[in-house]
Amino acid sequence: MKKKFSLLALLAALMLVLAACGFGGSDDKSDGDKSSGGDKSADKTLNLSITSEPPSLNPQKATDSTSGAIVKNVFEGLTRVDSDGKVQNAAAEDVKVSDDKLTYTFTLRDAKWTNGDPVVAGDFAYAWKWALDAKNASEYASILYPIKGAQAYNEGKGKVEDLGIKVVDDKTLEVTLENPTPYFLELTAFYTYMPVNEKVVSENDNWFAEAGDTYVTNGPFTLDEWKHNDSITMKKNEDYWDKDNVALSTVNVKMIESEATANREFDSGNLDYLGAPYNVVSLDKMNTYKDKGILKSEPYAAVYEYKLNTKEGPTKNVNIRKALAMSIDREGLIKNVLKGGQTPALADVPVAIEGYENDNNLFEGNNTDEAKKYLEKGLKELGLKDASDLKIGISINTSEAHAAVAQFIQEGWKKNLGIETTIDNAEWQVFLDKVSALDYQVARMGWIADYNDAYTFLERYDTAKNGNNDTGWENKEYKELMAKAMKETDEAKRTEFLKDGQKILMDEMPVIPIYFYSNEYVAQDYVKNMGPDKLGNVNLKDVDIEK
Amino acid sequence: MIKYIFKRLLYIVAALFVIVTLTFFLMRIAPGSPFASEKSLPPEIEAALQEEYGLNNPWYIQYKDYLVSTAQFDFGESMKYKGRSTNDMIAESFPISLTLGVEAMILAVGLGVLVGVITSLYHNRFPDYLGTTIAVLGISVPSFILAGLLQYFVGLKMQLLPISGWNGFIYSIMPAFAIAVTHMGFIAKLVRSSMLEQNSSEYVKMARAKGLGKWTTVFKHTLRNALLPVVTYLGPLFAGVITGSFIVEQIFAIPGLGKYFVTSITNRDYTVIMGTTVFYSIILLLAVLIVDIIYGLIDPRINLKGGKK
Repeated sequence: MKKKFSLLALLAALMLVLAACGFGGSDDKSDGDKSSGGDKSADKTLNLSITSEPPSLNPQKATDSTSGAIVKNVFEGLTRVDSDGKVQNAAAEDVKVSDDKLTYTFTLRDAKWTNGDPVVAGDFAYAWKWALDAKNASEYASILYPIKGAQAYNEGKGKVEDLGIKVVDDKTLEVTLENPTPYFLELTAFYTYMPVNEKVVSENDNWFAEAGDTYVTNGPFTLDEWKHNDSITMKKNEDYWDKDNVALSTVNVKMIESEATANREFDSGNLDYLGAPYNVVSLDKMNTYKDKGILKSEPYAAVYEYKLNTKEGPTKNVNIRKALAMSIDREGLIKNVLKGGQTPALADVPVAIEGYENDNNLFEGNNTDEAKKYLEKGLKELGLKDASDLKIGISINTSEAHAAVAQFIQEGWKKNLGIETTIDNAEWQVFLDKVSALDYQVARMGWIADYNDAYTFLERYDTAKNGNNDTGWENKEYKELMAKAMKETDEAKRTEFLKDGQKILMDEMPVIPIYFYSNEYVAQDYVKNMGPDKLGNVNLKDVDIEK
Repeated sequence: MIKYIFKRLLYIVAALFVIVTLTFFLMRIAPGSPFASEKSLPPEIEAALQEEYGLNNPWYIQYKDYLVSTAQFDFGESMKYKGRSTNDMIAESFPISLTLGVEAMILAVGLGVLVGVITSLYHNRFPDYLGTTIAVLGISVPSFILAGLLQYFVGLKMQLLPISGWNGFIYSIMPAFAIAVTHMGFIAKLVRSSMLEQNSSEYVKMARAKGLGKWTTVFKHTLRNALLPVVTYLGPLFAGVITGSFIVEQIFAIPGLGKYFVTSITNRDYTVIMGTTVFYSIILLLAVLIVDIIYGLIDPRINLKGGKK
């Protein structure tokens, strides 16, 4: 028996050793943190969190705001959109636009990669061509389509030589566009347009998988450490051309999936900021922060909408669609369910988009009488007697927040119109497949602007085939207006076409806008100049800490 | 004994084959695709993605590829996290879950056995009621509630322990406790009931009659027999605990393995689903085997040769 006990003891000892191993690695790390913590007061360290491991830190492969939250601060494109939404030159020192607005000539400034190489025009051309090469499967390549020949090449119909990307010399990049694109300089700030170091990247396919020698960047910060699933540390880039205007020396980004945990870390002072993309203010804390007076809200160029299946079912009828849209009490929804600074949406283009501040009135919301008239008309056309004969299903992806919104709307449709609805939810990946296959009647979706222009919202409905349409709706006149807006060089005329298009869209109502998002955020009082712009980007370059 | 273990290992391989096959087909039957995204992809890009991961092949080729890669323990690159191999993901996160799990196990077994022994020795007296209450509470309070409460009171209000993260022993105390409490309750109940059964048996009465003290009897005689059901419970528990808990890891932001079991499925990240399933199966099957071996050590009545005398 003694033998056996000693065996057990041995086992236990082994476990302890194993256990010690597991902590060992991280213990060293925390010691390291402590030693650098000594000069923290001189150092300006910002502590942030994101909700998950970033899926990809390769600018051409990134597709989501979590990856963007890192990529945008370690890389720099030709231009940069500052916190006020103004386009500034970044890697480009000067931009010349031709009179027909089709040719952009960028002159690069003297800037260096973190490995000492100069940033050259070829790096941009390489990155863009890489993204457009279908075999690299860059999921966001379509944002490069304004460039001449880009769509054809990406879809395998054109050749790489025909792309409108020309490297004149190391310092000059000439880009020819397919159509005049007034927001092109905003696009060049987007991460898919950011350069990569050609030498490093062409030699190593997985250069972006770890922080280290191969992760070569040109932005205001460097990727100092990347502990997968745990944390990311960014350090100020001492070789950055504008380093004098970068105040922060270190940015720690922890990965905290649970909203409640992130909010507790903020309360205890371990995090300096909460708000997309750096985690979010959880719904149950909204009121607490509001009472403390630290909750801030910025408009966000994004719309929350219910898509309608215009091919099948009762939503095939335009009057039914209008009745559904008009009867929703959007103010009540925002006040009672969302509790933030959202705006009721009575148009598809958010008020945060420049020039659309006064267009949020294309139909009436919360108007039961009017809605009932449309409903009756619709019922007659469908040959139904009573609203209770309508069976409408709302599809959402599994999430408490979406369920709460759906229940509120379900209740409203029942009370105001007498329509019975069911809510069915599915996991995200399943839901997306269902929606694109038009296997739904009413489906929740959201759309966030990639650039501050109405076209990003309206372009989705140009044809029924457009992969982002998902309603089966198309309209000849609408299509023509979109095509005209694409070609137009005169900005006022272009806006006119787009606005006319939006009117048609809201008149036919293949999609019900519910609300325009807002970005709620809180920051510790020593954090200065930190907040999201209208596209939800936070520029860490501008942030300062004053303790 | 060796023969027995060898035979069991063969069974394990067979079981793994069944598991891999089932997982493969269930994965394919499940609706949704790993590449569905909010922004629609041009068909060319989608085709390139399918090709990159071999999803354009007919199912029998894919199945064969899966079997081969599983046999080589190389599960390929994650479909969600670009440029990361499934093997790396498991290799990086498993030690963390293992550490946390072992700590939780030590807590659960240590406290569980202690509470179980005390409650049985003071049967129907105050310590019994107290211990049983603790055990029942431990079983019935879900770990995420306990984790949340601990985090709020101990972490935020009292500032005694760090709220979240993984930077050393002190970070593991709350999560380990949160994982351990439920299992502790179970073990305490198991130990209590089997101890009570043993206490009324002849050999214990005999030992007591010989004049052995209460505790000496426990350690020398009763406990060894009473622990058999606990050992049965320990195998699957061990496998479950060391591979991480999704909910506790999420609440305490611990970079462990547990989350992959859930997120890989919601992301339809086929390679990671396969990797984690096979990995978990191996650990579970081995844990059960080890339990059976330990049985033989603790209770000589159990014959590992399987009936032949």
